[in-house]
Amino acid sequence: METTRPALEVDGIAKRYGDVVACDGVGFTVGPGELFGFVGGNGAGKTTTMRVVLGVVEPDAGAVRWAGAPVDRAARRRFGYLPEERGLYPRMRVLDHLVYLAELHGFTTNDAHRDAERWITRLGLRGYRETEVQRLSLGNQQRVQLAAALVHDPVLLVLDEPFSGLDPQAVDVLSEVLRERAAAGVPVLFSSHQLDLVERLCDRVGIIRAGRLAACGTVAELRAGSGSTLVVDAPAARPGWADGLPGVTVLGVRGGRTRLRLADGADDQPVLAAALATGPVRGFTHQDPTLAELYRDVVGTTS
Amino acid sequence: MSPVRAVWLVARRELRTRLRTRSFLIGTAVSIAVLIGFVLMQSTLFGGERVTRVGLSGQATGIARALAEEAASRGLDVEVSTVRDPASGESSIVDGDLDALVTGAPASLHVVVDESLDENLRRALNTLVQREVLRAQLASVEDLDPDEVLSTVADATVDVRALRAPDPTHDQRLAMALVIVALLYLSLLLYGTMVAQGVVEEKSSRVVEILLATVRPWELLAGKVLGLGLVGLAQLVVVGGAGTVLAVVTGVLTIPSAAVGTLLWGLLWYLLGYLFYATVFAAAGSLVSRQEETQSVLLPITSVLVLAFVLSFGLLTRAPNTTATAVLSVLPPFAPILMPGRIALSVSTTWQVVVAILLMLGSTAVLTWLSGRIYTGAVLRTGPRLNFRQALRRP
Repeated sequence: METTRPALEVDGIAKRYGDVVACDGVGFTVGPGELFGFVGGNGAGKTTTMRVVLGVVEPDAGAVRWAGAPVDRAARRRFGYLPEERGLYPRMRVLDHLVYLAELHGFTTNDAHRDAERWITRLGLRGYRETEVQRLSLGNQQRVQLAAALVHDPVLLVLDEPFSGLDPQAVDVLSEVLRERAAAGVPVLFSSHQLDLVERLCDRVGIIRAGRLAACGTVAELRAGSGSTLVVDAPAARPGWADGLPGVTVLGVRGGRTRLRLADGADDQPVLAAALATGPVRGFTHQDPTLAELYRDVVGTTS
Repeated sequence: MSPVRAVWLVARRELRTRLRTRSFLIGTAVSIAVLIGFVLMQSTLFGGERVTRVGLSGQATGIARALAEEAASRGLDVEVSTVRDPASGESSIVDGDLDALVTGAPASLHVVVDESLDENLRRALNTLVQREVLRAQLASVEDLDPDEVLSTVADATVDVRALRAPDPTHDQRLAMALVIVALLYLSLLLYGTMVAQGVVEEKSSRVVEILLATVRPWELLAGKVLGLGLVGLAQLVVVGGAGTVLAVVTGVLTIPSAAVGTLLWGLLWYLLGYLFYATVFAAAGSLVSRQEETQSVLLPITSVLVLAFVLSFGLLTRAPNTTATAVLSVLPPFAPILMPGRIALSVSTTWQVVVAILLMLGSTAVLTWLSGRIYTGAVLRTGPRLNFRQALRRP
């Protein structure tokens, strides 16, 4: 392990494919031991950014730096990468495959074997060591793919949708692994559409929209200025009861519970009064807006 | 990690993956079996030349030795047997156990055959009958020893002067040439296609994206070409070696040193031809993203190989040493298949071989450079089939 813990810097990445702008000046930093969640709609530029970090795509402009220096092949060899389009040799056996990839990342055969076995056990693949990848279920193939990204003890993790296709148990295992890697000082960059998971797991979040980083920071920072969420349990309330209250936006109604967004500095007492006017009020709770709500604020409900 | 280690790791994966597959073992076994079948077929054609079975009955039994000698002088191999009962001899002919039944006095022989009498056998029997008649005529002349006259006549033969020494091994050399041509054609086609399929597999399964995050495109390409080339070489050594040993042991080939020479030249031309074709196959494979599209994109290359094979087979059999054949055997796309065939026939000259090898190496260098560029440009671009211009543009 390095004594100076390096960080990943993505600086003003731009990439166009013909007329399509994939990235338009994306820039952020993932510090040592930091879990960075990358969220955004389909085609927003998450995958292109990650492919640029791994050198799979050459950017039109901008730079990627690792430990302060431009990323070269020697540095990339120590990165762990889970591509969006999963890729493994269909007819190769799980153990052989992981050993091969670890060796390609510079491990000796012995070390490659040891770590391949370790990750096979960790990710619950022991029964499939000698099975061809194509014979595994999609969920298990995904576990092998994760093992492939982790097997060479990478100094940086770049994972494109690592949680998609995993069962709840595997989601827990992977969350634990990512936290553990981060605790060891590894910067972890991953994208996901499961916003609750990102909120729970990540130190910082970047929201990307149309090739630009629309918001970036801790969830608390993203919350700043976006008010709070009020959940009012008023079973007898009719739809539209809260319309027209100052500083209030209705987010949704379900089973008598109304979720409201209260703008920063708006008074909640008129809301309570309006709720009591509809009949009994069984609950009146302040909540922080979830990442999903913040995301919708940033991106708009259409995407 | 050094490029050498990266290339070797990729090559080793190809070696392990292929050598372990059932299709490789079966393919090798089938190739050896086909070759054994070919050798055995040749050995029955060469060694056990057709024997004509002639049954002799009654007075005709006396011509047994004279018939055998006369037939042998005409290149006919007869097996003479004595038949006691002409009727049973006829039924033997109907059954196919005898080809001809000869009865009657030596001066007026009668022959029974199934359908027609072999021309050489007819002439041999005619000669015997005519000689017997002549002997009887001479015997009527006094003071003349018929045997002495006949022997004097027999000694009077034409004197033949050959302008070129006949090559008694020509048939064997032709067989070797055709076998090596077929083996090289199959090896180049099979392993070239495998390179392309491997490239498409990596592209379609997207594993190439992980690989290229740690190795350079040329390292991946070189490792794949090297690994599959070694597998092909191993297969050719095993099949060719088994065929050579078998052919020499069974006596089909009586020129073991020429057989070994043909095999060694074949291996050299396999390496030259494989390097020439493999990167082209790889570049073509890198243009497509789905296995279904592989065959169509490879068609131009496989067509050249098929053409080289068909031309070689025809030219080696009919016109191995014409100017046109010599020119074709020097040109790179045909040389790896045609030239080793001409070497096996020992009709090629040293300078032709040298020129062919130099042209091969030069064109391989150019093609490798071009194919490497196409591969590098195309291998990460999935989606619809690319054309060469798109591939040559940097991504």
